[in-house]
Formats: sequence, structure tokens, C-alpha cells
Amino acid sequence: MTSASQATTPATSPALGQELDIAEAWMKEGREVAVATVVETWGSAPRPVGAHLVIDMDGNFEGSVSGGCVEGAVIADAMDVLHSGEPKMLEFGVADETAWEVGLSCGGRIRVYVERVG
Amino acid sequence: MDPANLKKLNAARNGRRAAILLTEMESGRDRVVLERDAVAGSLGEITSAAFRSGKSGMHEIDGKEYFLNVHVPAPRIAAIGAVHITQALAGIAAIAGYDLRVIDPRTAFATPERFAGVDLAAEWPQDELAKRPLDAFTALVAVTHDPKIDDFPLIEALKTGCFYVGALGSRKTHAKRVDRFKAEGLSEADIARIHAPIGLDIAASNPMEIAVAIMGEIIQAYRTRPVHAGEGAVREPQEA
Repeated sequence: MTSASQATTPATSPALGQELDIAEAWMKEGREVAVATVVETWGSAPRPVGAHLVIDMDGNFEGSVSGGCVEGAVIADAMDVLHSGEPKMLEFGVADETAWEVGLSCGGRIRVYVERVG
Repeated sequence: MDPANLKKLNAARNGRRAAILLTEMESGRDRVVLERDAVAGSLGEITSAAFRSGKSGMHEIDGKEYFLNVHVPAPRIAAIGAVHITQALAGIAAIAGYDLRVIDPRTAFATPERFAGVDLAAEWPQDELAKRPLDAFTALVAVTHDPKIDDFPLIEALKTGCFYVGALGSRKTHAKRVDRFKAEGLSEADIARIHAPIGLDIAASNPMEIAVAIMGEIIQAYRTRPVHAGEGAVREPQEA
């Protein structure tokens, strides 16, 4: 028996991603893991509420919260969260002063919650 | 996130059970809520609404902010009958992102040659479904034309609450099926959930077109499942 169609998961269902399984696997390997989650979106956002990006202390990551626009900034903040253990709420959007540096070119706005596992 | 909750959540997700990770934003504390868990008060109302809608989102309860990440299993198709329509449906289902398995005890039909790369069980539905049961996130498609093979899985699908139940056959064939199911003690409301004749009415006239009609009907059933989302701050993500 095969499950050839497993790779074709609809992009609209964040629950179908494997990021949380990866986070658990990393945790079992003894790696420090942070989980970033899209908790709110306004306007046109590239990834839906619930989407995950998981990051380890070496900056390895899987998944996405924006499809590439703000991942760099989220990973940098995840490093702080991994060190301090304190969760952070991040907000990105074109309204930001830093729109040209880290923003959503699609014009939307998102809130991303970053927390450490454990 | 509590590591024990991450494990519990993953166990539920991988076991095709709906689960919610509930995070209280101020403290960062979380818990996993499974569908049958009793949750008291307004939080309980919001979690049940979220299970029905499948939508993740931020909610405010008694001045506290909660994030509900709702994990609902991916939809699947169980096709009874390794027939020509099913061969076409296997290709279309893969494109639409639905896992499909084919069940048919007739070994002349259920051959790996006819279903290369498809999850195929050359067994009676009674046996196969005992091993891998149906669930609310599965669509049941019965296309053998043979009551000996189709009836059991159809009844099982109605009892399990499959989000879609479709059966091939003319109106006359279906009328006989309705009589048999009534005799089995199924309610009219249950029987009315069977899509028969199967597939959207697009005047499909060959197996490939019928497969398209069936897939369209499954998608429609999945995307219009009865939803009673709670009031509050659930915002629809929009397409970029």
C-alpha cells in the first residue's frame, strides 16, 4: 500500500503541515525548539491563521508564517525567545516603519506568536 | 509550549482525531482539547464552535486573550469498487489533495496493474473497514453496483457520520436501496444523506466525467459542512 497523494496537501489547511512533528522530533534529539504561529491576519495574508514556522537554536527552520517575506526577522526573534524562554508577539505589515526591510509586499498585516517548547 | 502538549497534539493529529491547542496569551500556558473533552463555560462554547468550523483564531473571554489553533484531519476518500470510474477518480483525487483508498473483494478488478500507486485493498469492505475504520473526515463512494458489496460500507458511512456518502445507481436502483436500508432500521434522515445518483449534475456520460462529477460533489460537501462558528474574533484569511 502506498500513500502517494500525501504530498499534495492543500495550502489552505495549516493543520496538514508537518511542522509540529518536526518540532517534536527535534525536541527528542535534544535540540532547543521555538514554534512561531500566525495568530491573526488582516487583509491579504500569504499564510493563514494557525500556520507554523519551527526553528532550532542553530537557525534551522521548517514551515512558514508568510511565504518568505518576514521569516528572517521571525528567526532572529526566535533566537531571543530560545535564550530567554519568554514568548514574544510580533507584528508585521506595510503600516510598519520598517516596511521596506521586513514587511508584507502583498499589503496585509499579520501577528506572529513565538514561543519556546519547554 | 508544554512539550507534553506538543506530544499529545501530534498523537491526536497523526491518529486523525480533531484537536485544539488552546493558549492563554498573557501567561503563555497551553492545553490540548480533544473533541469529546468537556470544557466548562464560555471557553467550552468557543472550543466546540471551533471544532465545527475548523477555524483557528484569537478569542477574548473574561478579559483574557486565548489563541485556538484548530487541527482537523485532512479529508480522505474511501472508494468501494475497483472499477473504471475509480481509476479516473484516483487521479483526480490526488490532484485535489484527497487521500484515496480503493476497496473491492473482486480480485479480477482490484489488481495492482489497474491501480498503480493507489492504496488498494482486495478485500470485503467488512474486513477492510474493521482494520481501518471510516471517520467523519472521510468521503465514502460506493460504485460497484452490487448491493452485496456496497450496502455494508454505505450503512457504516451513515452511522459513522462520513461527511459525504455517495452511491452509484439509477433512481430505480436507489429506490430499492432505500427500501433495504429502511428494513435495516436506518432513519429517513440518514438515508437522505446518500447522494444518489452520485455526482454533481453535469450530464457526465463516461467514467472519466462521472469521476469529475463525484470529485466536485465531494469538494462541495466538504466545503459546505454544517458550520456554526462562535461569534468573535475569527478572521478569515484571504488569498494573497
